Amino acid sequence: MDKNINITVKVWRQKDRKTKGGFESYQLEGISQGSSFLEMLDILNEKLVNEGKEPVFFDHDCREGICGMCSLYIDGHPHGPDESITTCQLHMRKFDDGATITIEPWRSAGFPVIRDLVVDRTAYDKIIQAGGFVSVNTGGVPDGNTIPIPKKDADLAMDAAACIGCGACAAACKNGSAMLFVSAKVSQLALLPQGRVEAARRAKAMVAKMDELGFGNCTNTRACEAECPKDISISNIARLNREFIKAKLQD
Amino acid sequence: MWLLNSSIGKKLIMSISGLFLILFLLFHMSMNVAAVFSEKAYNVICALLGSNWYAIAATLVLAAGFIVHIVYSIILTLQNRKARGNDRYAVNKKPKMVEWASQNMFVLGVIVLGFLVLHGSQFWYKMTFTEIIGHHEVELGGAIVSPQDGAAFIRYYFAQPLNVVLYLIWYVALWFHLTHGFWSAIHTIGWNNQIWMKRWQIISNILSTVICLGFALVTIVFFIKSL
Repeated sequence: MDKNINITVKVWRQKDRKTKGGFESYQLEGISQGSSFLEMLDILNEKLVNEGKEPVFFDHDCREGICGMCSLYIDGHPHGPDESITTCQLHMRKFDDGATITIEPWRSAGFPVIRDLVVDRTAYDKIIQAGGFVSVNTGGVPDGNTIPIPKKDADLAMDAAACIGCGACAAACKNGSAMLFVSAKVSQLALLPQGRVEAARRAKAMVAKMDELGFGNCTNTRACEAECPKDISISNIARLNREFIKAKLQD
Repeated sequence: MWLLNSSIGKKLIMSISGLFLILFLLFHMSMNVAAVFSEKAYNVICALLGSNWYAIAATLVLAAGFIVHIVYSIILTLQNRKARGNDRYAVNKKPKMVEWASQNMFVLGVIVLGFLVLHGSQFWYKMTFTEIIGHHEVELGGAIVSPQDGAAFIRYYFAQPLNVVLYLIWYVALWFHLTHGFWSAIHTIGWNNQIWMKRWQIISNILSTVICLGFALVTIVFFIKSL
């Protein structure tokens, strides 16, 4: 049964990119376990505003786990201690009465902290941009079923496309590597015939951009896969390696 | 050059050099196991691998493999630490499915390398190197032996309990390094998918166990014989 709990939240506060940050602790009383984690932060912020203090900055948008906007490293896990969900889908019933919850921003050189818990994730957008366009024929709308695609490939492509680009993979990685994200984005198109046209160029361009932005080198620890809210498999990373090496050998 | 500049290229260098070193370990282990059955056979192999040009050329290639693997591990580790950023998490928990070895490959590698130096000074320097510089006798624990008498070296060193313990620690570190290293190398080349992931990991465990048990067998058998 859900009950009301008293908790202490230890939050990372940082004024801007350059100022050195630190932890601040806040007491919250009577938080319903039925509320979501972000609602708990809303309650905290309301309390801070009423006390005339600066609220805690954090990213969020759809609050239903599909936009990829929420982040937060909660008690040592990106998106909190629960599995296969984003922070906005995390509920307070995962925490006990009297618990101290540590909330940190993503920590990775690729994602600099902008303020408090908000990090700059435009690096991922730049990688997507580097991927470029997908060729389509103009003219009359073709029938959706004209190109046969094996069920297995369609499923794998769909699984890869589930990536919401939240950045949990790079945040969880001890090497600050973005390989799980890049591999999902390369795979979702490389697996389908429509995406094959630019497959080689896409793999090369996205990896080059990823390296340029200073993300680390993957060592296959699988921490990304374990923490990914969308359960993206590292078999995508093997596919990216394959696509990249193949593309480079063809040059 | 993509092999040297891109992250995947650098990882590929780690992967290929690592697989090459695993092949060497398999060879070295098989050769050692021969000593358990026949010291004479082992000495024949030692003589064959003495100071002929083929052996020297192979040693240079092997050394290059080690150097490439070590140099790139340092380059990649430094880059990865930089990519991680200066701020560490105050609370960071290791997910269950993450192997301990996979997050400590560099430390394990340093341990393996440390013992490699010890091993080189005990065996390679006194056996192969002595012969290369033209000596046909070498001093070993107060006695004079032929540098081709490998069995005498094994008998001498593995009779000392400290050496036995050090070598066994080495094999354990090597075992951890290889359990992650082998499948990870295959993964980096791109030969993996959801079905083969489990298979490669099991093959990895079997391969590292065979290699390390083979080495440990020789060490333990010669220690027991010395008692």
